[in-house]
Amino acid sequence: MSAQKTERLLNLVICLLSTRQFLAKEQIRTAVPQYAECATDEAFDRMFERDKEELRDMGIPLETGGNDAWFDDEVGYRVDRAAYAVPEVRFEPDELAVLGLASRVWQQASLAAPASRALLKLKADGIEPDGSSLVGIEPRVRTSEPSFEAVYAAVRDRRAISFPYRTSGTGPPRVRHLEPWGIVSRHGRWYVVGHDRDRGATRVFRLSRIAGSVSPIGPAGEVIVPDGIDIRAQVVALVPPQLSGRAVLCARPGCCLALRRRAVATRRAGDGWDELTVPFGDAEVLAEEVAGFGPDVRVVDPPAVRDAVVRRLRGALAGSAETLAAVRP
Amino acid sequence: MSTGATERLSRLLAMVPYLVGRQGIPLAEAAAEFGITERQLVKDLELLFVCGTPGHLPDDLIEAEWGDGHVYLGNADPIARPLRLGVDESLALLVGLRALADVPGLHDRDALERTLAKLEAAAGESAAASAQVSVEVGEQVGPLAEVRAALAGRRRLHLTYFVPSRDETTERDVDPMRVLMVDGRWYLEGWCHRAEEVRLFRMDRVEAVTVLDVPAQVPDAAAGRDLGEGLFQPSPEDTVVTLELGPAAHWVVDYYPVESVDRLPNDRLLVRLRAADDRWLRTLALRLGGAARVLDPPELAAAVARRAEEALAAYAGT
Repeated sequence: MSAQKTERLLNLVICLLSTRQFLAKEQIRTAVPQYAECATDEAFDRMFERDKEELRDMGIPLETGGNDAWFDDEVGYRVDRAAYAVPEVRFEPDELAVLGLASRVWQQASLAAPASRALLKLKADGIEPDGSSLVGIEPRVRTSEPSFEAVYAAVRDRRAISFPYRTSGTGPPRVRHLEPWGIVSRHGRWYVVGHDRDRGATRVFRLSRIAGSVSPIGPAGEVIVPDGIDIRAQVVALVPPQLSGRAVLCARPGCCLALRRRAVATRRAGDGWDELTVPFGDAEVLAEEVAGFGPDVRVVDPPAVRDAVVRRLRGALAGSAETLAAVRP
Repeated sequence: MSTGATERLSRLLAMVPYLVGRQGIPLAEAAAEFGITERQLVKDLELLFVCGTPGHLPDDLIEAEWGDGHVYLGNADPIARPLRLGVDESLALLVGLRALADVPGLHDRDALERTLAKLEAAAGESAAASAQVSVEVGEQVGPLAEVRAALAGRRRLHLTYFVPSRDETTERDVDPMRVLMVDGRWYLEGWCHRAEEVRLFRMDRVEAVTVLDVPAQVPDAAAGRDLGEGLFQPSPEDTVVTLELGPAAHWVVDYYPVESVDRLPNDRLLVRLRAADDRWLRTLALRLGGAARVLDPPELAAAVARRAEEALAAYAGT
């Protein structure tokens, strides 16, 4: 069934590309064998209307018009040949190699198929890629978030959407209404930036926290992206605060290399351990890392970091004790 | 999104110009280029073969031959030029090129800039939407220049490499294969002589690198990883751990490849996680202290308790 349809559409494209005249519907019906087989006029009309739309959706510039400006004769169809084809831009072998690298950025992502098809189109005039100095460098992006397709389509089509969203804290997901302006991949995660209708302000959402399906809530083309908006800057604004604090930590010799790598000062403490001065932004974030090293490090200062580490260690001890009490009869 | 029939039509309209420009291309090579099987390619050729200009007499039909394993295509003038790039197609390449252009420390930008300018011309109107999608490349490239020099000259590297899960630095010789950026981080993939297998090294954890005066010899059988499922590759020897996460530890689900997530009352999550390194799991449990606990295996819970107790002793007097 599907093969027949592909065959019919391909014949239709060829037919409309081979004509300079606008072809009337009846002419098309005789020219494309699969239409000639239609039993009734209604069946043909329905099929032809659908096919036209599908070709337009594929980006084929299907025009309507009349051949005679003086008579308001029957409407006809053709494909604008000049607008149909990729402009004649000749890519050199090293440029094609660069395009190959660019297309492979999406190798593991949902835009992989359009990327490789685009590359094949640009390679059509027989030139083979060769010799880029960039070969060997391979940026890759993944789109593992289930909501990527729908959010991407909404951004591309400038369509408002709603979706259930889980915030970092507690509580069930809440439905949000967004006019999306752009999507950004940063540190391996996708974010969508736009105008949040519920808050009446610009907001950034993490795609992995969209907890259900994304539904369009408006027509395509409705969303207006503000001039000069830097979608990346909006996402970057989320990064952690400056490292203005300094913590003093004592580390067991040869341990805690991740902390040592960041230390701005290191000196030998009295007990043979090393005293490190480590810059930090958020006491809780540093405490989390320090707690992970267990007895290989202790916090000297500031008290906020020390108390946060002690709280985590006590929590880990209590949690483990609870588990062990449950498994031991 | 397009249906099966239009998806296939898109492929055919891209395939015809490609094959017309490469008469005699082996079937296998053409199939690989289009990411389809040879069988599918033959089906596509069979379909092309019965299509053509109105009249559909033999002279009007597309000519296709593939009997000797090489593809010849002719009489396809109306569709011999590729269909202009669609929005998704332009966007995928333009965003990819801009990501490449953002790689820090690239000096050889000439080809990149020429390509970008030509692609913008070829894309025309369809280029507009690409400004709305951005892929950031990681800034922590590490010793990219030395590693690229070794790749270009096919030379062996000596690395001093930091392994945080074991809290140690290691020395090893590596024959470089490629430099990858995945999930915003840069990696060197290469044949590690110490492990005697292909390994990925995070560039920001390379503490020192020397390009050796020894040719790189990557064994023929060594293959780069398929990164489809990400960098984490489960193995049967992994420890599977069950954690109960309170709200403050829900982020774990976003950051690590969890096997399963189940909701518990009071906004708690039951999560199964796999890891190759018990020390990493112990560290994670200590970091999450108070916000999460290890439910299984009990040996891990016991190890966490021991480490926590010992660490707390240092604060006993304060």
